[in-house]
Formats: sequence, structure tokens, C-alpha cells
Amino acid sequence: MAVTLTVNGQARTVDADPDTPLLWVLRDELDLVGTKFGCGQALCGACTVHLDGTPVRSCQTTLGDVGNAKIITIEGLQGREAEAVRAAWVSLDVVQCGYCQSGQIMSAVALLAENKKPTDPDIDAAMDGNVCRCATYHRIRAAIHDAARRLEA
Amino acid sequence: MHMLQKLEPGVVSGLAAALSGAAQTPLSRRFVLAAMGGAGIGLVLGLRPEVAHAAPAGADAAGQAFNPFVKIAPDGTVTVIVKHLDKGQGIATGLATLAADELDADWSKVTTQFAPADAKTYGNALFGGAQGTGGSTSIAASYTVYRTAGAAARAMLVAAAARQWGVDPATVKVSGGVVSAGSRSAGFGALAEAAAKEQVPAEPKLKAASAFTLIGKEGIHRVDNVAKTTGARIYTQDLKLPDMLVAVVAHPPRFGATPKSFDATAAKAVNGVKDVVMVPQGVAVLATTTHAAIKGRDALKVEWDESKAETRSSADILADYKAAFAKPGLPVEAHGDVETALKAPGVKLVEAEFEFPYLAHAAMEPMNAAAQVKDGAVTIWTGCQFPSADLPNAAHTAGVAPDKVEIHTLWAGGSFGRRALASSDFVVEAVAIAKAHGKGVPVKLVWTREDDMKAGYYRPVYVHKVRAAVDASGKPVAWHHHVVGQSILAGTFFEQVMVKNGVDETSIEGTHGAYDIPNMKVELTTMKTGVPVLWWRSVGHTHTAYAVEVMMDQLARAAGQDPVAFRLAHATDERLKAVIRLAADKAGWGTPLPAGRTRGIAAHKSFNTYVAEVVEISLADSGVKVERVVAAVDCGVVVNPDVVRAQIEGGVGFGLGAALHDAITLDKGAVEQANFDTYEPLRMSQMPKVEVHLVASDVAPTGVGEPGVPPLAPAVANALLAATGRPVHRLPFAGQAFKPA
Repeated sequence: MAVTLTVNGQARTVDADPDTPLLWVLRDELDLVGTKFGCGQALCGACTVHLDGTPVRSCQTTLGDVGNAKIITIEGLQGREAEAVRAAWVSLDVVQCGYCQSGQIMSAVALLAENKKPTDPDIDAAMDGNVCRCATYHRIRAAIHDAARRLEA
Repeated sequence: MHMLQKLEPGVVSGLAAALSGAAQTPLSRRFVLAAMGGAGIGLVLGLRPEVAHAAPAGADAAGQAFNPFVKIAPDGTVTVIVKHLDKGQGIATGLATLAADELDADWSKVTTQFAPADAKTYGNALFGGAQGTGGSTSIAASYTVYRTAGAAARAMLVAAAARQWGVDPATVKVSGGVVSAGSRSAGFGALAEAAAKEQVPAEPKLKAASAFTLIGKEGIHRVDNVAKTTGARIYTQDLKLPDMLVAVVAHPPRFGATPKSFDATAAKAVNGVKDVVMVPQGVAVLATTTHAAIKGRDALKVEWDESKAETRSSADILADYKAAFAKPGLPVEAHGDVETALKAPGVKLVEAEFEFPYLAHAAMEPMNAAAQVKDGAVTIWTGCQFPSADLPNAAHTAGVAPDKVEIHTLWAGGSFGRRALASSDFVVEAVAIAKAHGKGVPVKLVWTREDDMKAGYYRPVYVHKVRAAVDASGKPVAWHHHVVGQSILAGTFFEQVMVKNGVDETSIEGTHGAYDIPNMKVELTTMKTGVPVLWWRSVGHTHTAYAVEVMMDQLARAAGQDPVAFRLAHATDERLKAVIRLAADKAGWGTPLPAGRTRGIAAHKSFNTYVAEVVEISLADSGVKVERVVAAVDCGVVVNPDVVRAQIEGGVGFGLGAALHDAITLDKGAVEQANFDTYEPLRMSQMPKVEVHLVASDVAPTGVGEPGVPPLAPAVANALLAATGRPVHRLPFAGQAFKPA
């Protein structure tokens, strides 16, 4: 059935069953493939998107769950926090394989939007759901602190 | 399940030649350095004029080809053709750095492109000319190749400028992507067309290390870091091709089982499902979307033939392996008289049996490949780590000649060894499905996390039995080491050239040689088990380093000596000693720690790179917590120090996650783990602070993708020994109780 979503500020109409995970709607119907498939069970965070600014795992969010919420994906991520996070990520060369990094960045931006100066325990709590098999955690932590400093400036 | 087990013609003989060239020296590692000899490099380079013409010729979107490795576009963009797969380790950045430095290019205008499958041009000299990535060989195999390619292109730019300007080439300078002489100057782009027509220099002069502008420098950023922060980087998982179908496969519940029959009625009723086909690997549902293919697969009914399946449980396999300690294994290393020395009066004997589980690679991007079989030709898109296997395997599966196969290599979302295998399992599966569907459309095979986790090709289960002794003066005098486990190379094309006298080097690499032990015996018993196994980031060193380094701490205790001093007293290699000293010094070895913390050290040479790691741990109700890791690394010349540090940091995290809680186990042959809830990856809150210190060196560079892994687990075990007084002989640590002494 046809459903209209607000994705990255645009109205997009898709024809899919309400039980379809948002992940597959974004990737297969809307060609927004920056949101990654990692586990399908909300265990790895690679599929993280924002619903009205809140990070959610799109693999366990169905089309029917979305309602009128505004969806932001990595492709549409903008604003001060997003700029600071991307600048920090590039400056510290955080990425390795990069497959999890869309989800990492979505979670990091949501953290900084809520908490301008996160502590290490804050970072652990916000980022523990985002798996990186390359184990870039060390640099993700440093980059979140770096992004917080950039936001202060 | 049929798997072709042969390489492209010529490659096996290349591997054999590489080995025979090394026959005079002990075969101490699986990829033989003898293949690096001068003539071999010249051929691989393709820089002789007659070979250079075989390169991607003329101009294309990426510009003029100067040789198989360097192109320059009219806008000055330098494209470096990367012959190795970048799966996160940063090899695209590393190879581009080598060429760009000799070229004196502007780093901000350097980009990369993966090479096509063409072993003649892009073979790995350390794989005997086979095209592939692994064994931490890429930088070692490419250091001179890419520098020479850059220097050759630079010389051609200089020659073209001199010709255009009517000046002596000796007066032409190149810096930061600009060619100049006196008041004349031009960018690379303006000169590229003319320069590509200049004579290819046979032996371009390489820079002295003191003239490097990029190699070894800080602040040279990865070529892929922007695209990987915007969502723009496309992986195989993201591929969309015209008329493409997505395939999701019902795989057998046990290794060695095959599909017998299936009922696709319900699957075909799912909206979007287009076809259901049986292939040797299982039953594939093809659909227009991934979700439809998954739903279709869920609705399938399949009957399996399990008559040839592996039906043992992990505990049975472990018991079978341990029973093998009773009989002698094949000799690997023997000197002195071990049995007499172990029984000599006054010696202190230490005995241990070690257990190591199956481990899954579990890369973030589940394995996948797209394949199109059309008009007698095959096209493949995948994160291709081993073109010299994937190409002939795909050709055989499709029933076409190897020259009818084209491979497009995409950036890969991790590998840790999983993408380089003799059977090309997921590539062959994609080709088989595309062929069975028969409509000529591209088919993207998607494995779910569960498919990936249960697909096998694990780090094998190993058990070790070690008996070692120190004499009354505290010197280690005897070491008997028996390794039992499954061979990674058996049954593959590697076996004929890399298994000697029944001994698979990858089963025992790292068991001996690091320390001076006058009486030593190493044996190997190879078991036949129906579980597909494979190399997993640092291969044999994943378990041998653990056994050796935990024993070294136990022996140091028996000798009443400090673990660092004990290692330094008996290590045979100055480079190993140097990293031990550096790590110990930077970690403050011997200085007081906060209450509740202990330190442990381990050091290991793998893939010709030396790494020592000192860890600090604390004990909590939840188990061991690693607080800090200080690593010292000697990998010879450092091409990009930050990429090296990143690989060691990643190796520490990868090794730690596995050591803490990972094991693949079987229940009557069925894999018990499915996803990241039962096979737990390391998470942010478990990642220690990591400091990496690099040894300055002018020795030829070696790899860093793997060597950060082996010392981590034994260093943690040794810190546990310090905390509890009890050695840990079984991995993972999860489920074991650790109480402060």
C-alpha cells in the first residue's frame, strides 16, 4: 500500500507493506543506501537513522511504526553537530572499513544534540549499541570529544 | 557441495617456484619472501616498455595511463590503481602514498581505483604471482612496485616538460603536482597527454628516504575517509543494477548437508518473489527487494540430505582432539633431547593443555556478491580479496572460459580473512544462482547476519599440550609442544605447495624460534573434521602466540623472575627484544598501579612484524576489564604512521573481543550462534585506551593488518595470572571465574 514519508526533508511515497522494516524501505525503495544492513535484529546499530531527532534502529522499525515522524538518514544529516562530527571523524581518520560508520555518526550526532559535553560514560551509554568490527572505538571516542570541542568554539 | 580447488593456470607453478626458491632456508612462514627477488619484481612491475603496453592503455575517465598503476587526468587528478582489496586496513591509502611520493604529486589530488582481475599485471609477488590480498603482505609486496611506478611517471612528466620547453631534463623540478623549470611551470594535467607518450624508463631512480614528502609522514589522511562519513561509499551490499534481483538462500542446517527437495508454494506467493532455484549450496529465493527475498526464504520448505553431514558437537570434537595427544604427531621442529631435559634433576616442570574455539570473522558487511551470467560471460561485483581464485571458480561454475569472467572489485565492509578463500564460497554461490535462474539478469546474493555466522570457514579449533621446564638457575631448558587441530590448507590448491611432509605451516607458525630453548620438540597432529575452516586475522598466530606467551609467564614464575626480564634474557631476536623494552618502558612496567589493577605482557613476531603489548586489567563481577594497552611495533619502514597505529588499535580490539567472549560451538553439528547476541562483538564500553609506539627503522616494510592481534589475548591472560595466581589455558575468558589472589 502507498505510504507517504518525510525523508531528509522531502515527501516520499512508497508502495510497501506496513510490516516492511524501514531499513529496506530506505535502501530498496528510496535508494538511500548509506543506511547499512548489519544484523537485522537491532544488535549492531549499522542501520541507525533519526526519527524526529531520536536515533532508532531502522531494521526493527516497521513502515507502520513511522507514522508522521520526520526521518533523517546519513545522506540528509545536517546542522552544527553533524558538521562537527564529520570534521572530527575526518581529522582523526576514524574510519577503517567504514561499513558501520553511518550508524556511528547518526548515534554520535544524536548524543551531541542532547549533551554538549559528554563524558566517557555518557559516550559508552550512547554508543554501546553501535558495533564496529574494525574496533575503531578508540578513535570514535576521541572524535566525539573533539566534536564537542568544535561545538564549543 | 562441489568446490573447485584450483588456481588460474600458471599460478600454482608460480607458488611452487616461490617455494623451491626458498628451499635452502627454513620455511618459516607461509608466504615465501624468495618470490620477491629482483627479476620477479621487474615482471610484476610491468614497467618495461613491452609490458607497459599491456597496461590499461590510452585515456579513459581516470586519465592517461602511464603504467598499470598510475593514471593522470587532464584536471591533474592522479589515480593510483590499487592491486589489493581495501577492507578497512588502509591499503588504498598506503599504495597511493608510495606512488604519490615518488611522483611528487599533490596529495589532495590523489585518488584510487581497484585493479581488474589480471594476475599477470597485478599479481602478489609474495603469493608467487597469484592476485590476492592477505598474510599482511600487501605493503611488503608493493613497496618497490608502487614507488617505481610513481618514479617512472614522474620521469615521463619531466621528459615531456623538457621537450616542450626545450630545456635540459636535469633542470626540471617537480613538487606538489607542479612541474617547473626556470620561469616555466605546468600542472600534471596539462602535461599528462604528452608525458604518457614518452619512453617508459626501465629503471627509474627512486628517492633516498630523506627526500620523502609523504612516506612516513604524519597528517597524511586516508583517501576514503570523506566518502565513509557521508554515506556515499558504495559497498556490494548497496549495489543496484538494471533488472537486478536479490537472492536470499536457505542453507543446510549442518556442514556437508545438501538440499534434497523443496516446496516453494508459499515462498512464491510473497509479493516481489520472482523465482526459487535449487543450487548445490541450498535453495535460493530471488526477488525484486531484499525484504521480499527474506520473507520468501522464511516461507520455504526444504528437505535436506544430511547423510554426509558433520554431526558431532563441539565437546565431542574437543575430546577427539585431546585424545590425539596420546600419540606422537608429525615432527615440526626438534633439537636437543627434550625428554631427558624435562626429567633432569632440579628442573621445575610446567605443564598445560590449551583449548581454542572456532571463531567467526563476522565482518560488519555480511558476505555477498552480485553475479550476471549472460551470453557465455560472467560479470561479478564483490569485495574481491582473491581474484586468482574467484575468477577460475566463477568460470568453472558458470561453465565458461576464465577469460570470459570479469570482476569488479568494490570497497569491502571488513574481511579479517573471510573473503580470501580457495573455494570462493559466496562468489560461487552467487554465480550458481544467476546461472540457475537463467534469465541473464544480475543477481545480488545477500547473506543475512545469521547466514554469515553459520556459513563456516571459521578459525579452527586447536588444542595444545605443552610441557616445559626451567633449570635450577631459572633458565628455560626444555619445551615439548604438541598442536592438534584441523588444517586450513588441506584440500585446497595451497596444499600441494604449502603443506610439507604433512605439516600445514598455518597450524604451527609461531610455536618456536622466539626464545632460546636448548631442547625442543614441536609436533603436529592434523585432524579431519567436517567444518570448513579458514585463516582469521593472524591465522596460526591466533593460538600459537597464546600458548607460547602464557607458558613464558608460567616459566618466569617458576624461575622466580620478572616476565619482562625473563623474555629479554631468552629472546633470540634483537627486534623482538626492542619492542619488549619499548612497550615495557612506555607502560611503566614495574611502577605501582592503582589498587585492583595488574599488568601483563606478551610479545610476538608474525608476518615479519614484531609487536609487544602491555595490558592493564581490573577484575569486576562481570569478568576481566582491560583498561589500557600499550603496544610497541617494529614493521620496518613505516609508510603511514597513523594507518599503522589504527591497525594496531583495531587488532587490539578485534583480539580482545574474541578473547573475552567469542566461540562458535556446534550442537550435533548445528552451529549454535546466529547473531551478535550469541556471538558478542567488542563494544565501546569494553574498548581499552590504546597507545601505539613505533620503532624507527630503515628495514624493508612489513605488514600490520594482523600482527597487532596475537599478543593481546596472552597479555591479558598474563595480567590475570598476576591478579589471580592462576594461569588461563582456555579461550574465551567468558564463563571462567577469576578471583583475586
